[in-house]
Amino acid sequence: MKTSERVAGNVAGYIDDRTGAAGWAKKNLTKVFPDHWSFMLGEIALYSFIILLLSGTFLTFWFDPSQQEVIYNGSYAPLSHVSMSASYASTLHISFDVRGGLLMRQIHHWAALIFMAAIVVHLLRVFFTGAFRKPREANWLIGIGLLTLGIVEGFLGYSLPDDLLSGTGIRIAEAIIQAFPVVGSYLSYFAFGGAFPGHVFIPRIYIVHVLLLPGIFLALITVHLMLVWYQKHTQYPGPGRTEKNVVGYPLMPVYMAKAGGFFFIVFGVTAFLGAVASINPIWLYGPYTPGQISAGSQPDWYMGWLDGLVRMAPPLETHAFGHTISWNILIPGLILPGILFTGMALYPFIESWISGDNREHHLLDRPRNVPNRTALGAMSLSFMIIALANGGNDVIATHFHLTINGIMWFTRFGLIIVPPIVFVITKRICLSLQRADREIVLHGRETGRLVMTPSGEFLEVHEELTPEKKWTLTQHEQPAALAAPTADAHGTRPRGGLKGKIRARMSAANAEQVPAPTSIEARELEGGHH
Amino acid sequence: MSNEIKPFENPGLPEHAHRKSDVDAIAANRAERQVAILFLLSAVGTIGTIASYIFIDSKKFIFLPILGDTNAQQLALGTGLAASLFFIGIAAVHWAKTLMPDNEVIAERHEFRSSDADREDFVATVKERAGAAGLGRRSLIKRSMGVALGLIGLSPLVLLRDLGPLPKNEFATTNWAAGVRLVTDPGNRPIKPSDLEIGAVAQVLPALPEGTERTLENIGKDAVLLIRIRPEEFNLDAQRLSWTHNGIIAFSKICSHMGCAVALYEQQTKHLLCPCHQSTFDVTRAAKVIFGPAARPLPQLALTLDADGYLVAKQGFTEPVGPSFWERNSA
Amino acid sequence: MKQFRRNKFAGPVLVVAALLTIGSAFSIASALPSAQRSEVSAQSTLVDEGKQIFLKGCSSCHGLNAEGGAIAPSLIGVGAAAVDFQVGTGRMPMADMSQQAMRKKPLYDAAQTAALAAYVASLAPGPATVDPASLTWERDGNVAQGGELFRTNCAMCHNFAAQGGALSNGKYAPSLMGVETQHIYEAMITGPQSMPKFSDKTITPAEKLSIIKWIKSAEAEPAIGGASLGRVGPVTEGLLVWTLGLGLLIGVAVWLAAKAR
Repeated sequence: MKTSERVAGNVAGYIDDRTGAAGWAKKNLTKVFPDHWSFMLGEIALYSFIILLLSGTFLTFWFDPSQQEVIYNGSYAPLSHVSMSASYASTLHISFDVRGGLLMRQIHHWAALIFMAAIVVHLLRVFFTGAFRKPREANWLIGIGLLTLGIVEGFLGYSLPDDLLSGTGIRIAEAIIQAFPVVGSYLSYFAFGGAFPGHVFIPRIYIVHVLLLPGIFLALITVHLMLVWYQKHTQYPGPGRTEKNVVGYPLMPVYMAKAGGFFFIVFGVTAFLGAVASINPIWLYGPYTPGQISAGSQPDWYMGWLDGLVRMAPPLETHAFGHTISWNILIPGLILPGILFTGMALYPFIESWISGDNREHHLLDRPRNVPNRTALGAMSLSFMIIALANGGNDVIATHFHLTINGIMWFTRFGLIIVPPIVFVITKRICLSLQRADREIVLHGRETGRLVMTPSGEFLEVHEELTPEKKWTLTQHEQPAALAAPTADAHGTRPRGGLKGKIRARMSAANAEQVPAPTSIEARELEGGHH
Repeated sequence: MSNEIKPFENPGLPEHAHRKSDVDAIAANRAERQVAILFLLSAVGTIGTIASYIFIDSKKFIFLPILGDTNAQQLALGTGLAASLFFIGIAAVHWAKTLMPDNEVIAERHEFRSSDADREDFVATVKERAGAAGLGRRSLIKRSMGVALGLIGLSPLVLLRDLGPLPKNEFATTNWAAGVRLVTDPGNRPIKPSDLEIGAVAQVLPALPEGTERTLENIGKDAVLLIRIRPEEFNLDAQRLSWTHNGIIAFSKICSHMGCAVALYEQQTKHLLCPCHQSTFDVTRAAKVIFGPAARPLPQLALTLDADGYLVAKQGFTEPVGPSFWERNSA
Repeated sequence: MKQFRRNKFAGPVLVVAALLTIGSAFSIASALPSAQRSEVSAQSTLVDEGKQIFLKGCSSCHGLNAEGGAIAPSLIGVGAAAVDFQVGTGRMPMADMSQQAMRKKPLYDAAQTAALAAYVASLAPGPATVDPASLTWERDGNVAQGGELFRTNCAMCHNFAAQGGALSNGKYAPSLMGVETQHIYEAMITGPQSMPKFSDKTITPAEKLSIIKWIKSAEAEPAIGGASLGRVGPVTEGLLVWTLGLGLLIGVAVWLAAKAR
């Protein structure tokens, strides 16, 4: 036995004596993980989180969240002798007087933007493939939680340097707090320790940003990953794959190498962005003061849709009995996002109620085979994109020679008109794709080769699909729509009749499908013409 | 139509296709060399990073296409770090793809659901032990426990009371009052009407008593925009007109929507534009909202002249400045 | 005609001779009118010359007496500074009747611009053309103070890095990059189009020099952290993440999961 093997054996024995880990470790080192690039989107988010932890810790060694006023005497000349908060001054110090400081700031901020983008594409993948169905509803909820907390964490993070742009964002956040009915002014004074901007808000959000939320993230991400581990990852349908198995590669060595390698790749790409692309140049924004503002003030992209909704809101306020309620702030800033995110969170339960499907699912859906869900997802995406576009309407206007007023009106109407149109178009596209699948299964692939029969007829040769391909295109289930509850023999209407009718209607819409080829049709074709 | 008859059977895993490196030792060795080179590139990256930290002057700038003039050390540190990380990753992945076994493995999924017997046992155990605790029978315990647990959450909330003072009347309080001079921001110089031409704008703040520090909290309520147009262009009622002076009008700069600084004045249209959410206010009509989400006009500051001919406030603002809140009483 | 056999150089010589003849004739011919022109300008004043240019190129919008009209404002009292700015930056004459005059290659040269300015100045008193030599911004400007002034008075339209910004209904505050210092100064005192005037009492001449110094410093500032992405803030940063960032990463993921050959 080699020395290294002996030492390794001793170490393993030492640990196993105290924990009994050998059996567990052996089982898990051979655990199978399905391999598809779309399963790596969540990994991008996970690795970005680790990058945020590492780069963020670096920054905490120099950052000072205090709002005490200091006179700048660092190396950036255009701000020399300018009065600013210690948090702004320490961020300047990191950027100009700490070697590698600006690089770490930029890596941290790019990682945050990538983190949120990865969460969104991961969410889209999970949604469109139906990976949120039983038994993974809890993981979906955790994911929505991570998305929401991520938005907050990012906002708090870029507000720490107390520059003009992020300070404006805090001002707007304070206005939302202040707009809360009954308790708004109190909540604002409690959050800010008095009048805006105060001295305590940034030190307080600093602790939320570096301790509280990262702790919650760690816990949620751990549970998220444990659930994936324990419930095993879903897989795309295909030859050899069933609801009762998982096909892929073992953790050791393949998955370890690929997933571990991907971490280094994500880190490398993020570091590359931090090296070559400037982000959040706070020295150009200047320190925050409520009397200043820049043209083209936007939050980071993951909050852009909120900004867009607020910009397009109609100027609605109610003044009654000596009190004011600002609907123009509450609706786009709180109520609408609340409805959207609640709807998103509850979606797995809504869909299973509509379809009546309470079974476990480990095989993913091909989006075309669930046209209603795919169309719903496309519709929601178009809504968010329109809102996001309006958030940047002034930058879009200057660069494309449009008017902010025109973009505003376009998005006001577009928000209501475009999503239903996108729904209909997407659903039709899905059904067309289903039809195309059916055709290609029954008639084979058109090869483009022409053949002349002895009778002089020209035919195009169709190549029959392989059994693997045929299986992949036809394996999906097409459950029937739920029937509406009907009156019984005595004519008594059933309890919950209206809810049942709504459910039946939605179930019928959900079940609209192009039927997959049946054995009878297939046999007919095989026997007859091609 | 439901699909009870599945015409096509699951054909099972397709035959394993071998990679070049599986069958050809030369290809395998080539792959090994490639992995090694990639790992070494990472090492080069690390050396480069450390070298640039030590040897490159942190003040040196270098020109590159697309990037422009960029800080050489920052670029070198970053690309070195990026390379050192990236190539480890590429090496590991390339190793896995070419040399590690790529046979697809099948593992069984087991039903999560416990057996019916286990489930019944579980329910029975809980029932029995909860019964032993006596929760069901001893309602006095249940109710008093409810009271205790319900109340315990209140103390932490009460302890948060000192997070901040009560707002009282502070939303409606600014440093503007009768006789307070308008001074330039920055500069703190008082302003005479002759200092402003028609079409001019000035950012102003209230003059503070000697020795008083001007805080950001002050600025957040005191900031005012001073605009001069031709007097005949005003479209105001008598009272608001009396708050102007010879074509000079003053508005709170703090947006009535969400508090950004409404400093953008379009001289020809006489509109104020807030860059945050594009609320647009008409100066000739007392900052009436003509576009955008703001629901209220900007509060107007009444102006007059003091004995020395400087512009002063005739009185403070007659309504709270800034965004709305529950207790705000004016339309 | 054997005796008239052509010399082999005859062709080229003939062409050159023709060119010389035509060229000389042309320059003599064109010299005559310019000689006439300079004769005329030597006799008339700068103001008159300006008036001639004005009548030809500006009066169709601004009126025969610069009194303005429905489509263009009066120029009486705007001063030489306004003309030097508008004509010197090529904004005037406007290329088309859009919301806003765009900066473009000036149509008139320095002498013609000076003539126009003199003419407009003669209509009524107004701010004089600013001589760039008089703007001692490098010596007398304070860049940090200039930044404070810029952020309070200019950034809300022109953006924090003077890259320009949107106004309502298609108007915009242009980028200030590459603008001559005298044009910056003249814009501040004359308030062109949507821009308000910044009187010397509210922003003193010394403060204006500081603003110019800061603008020039921002213009000269290198891309410290890498490609500047337009210096317009989070919009382009988000765009880069969704294109280059995710694009690279998803591309790698596709490669990673693909079977090796």
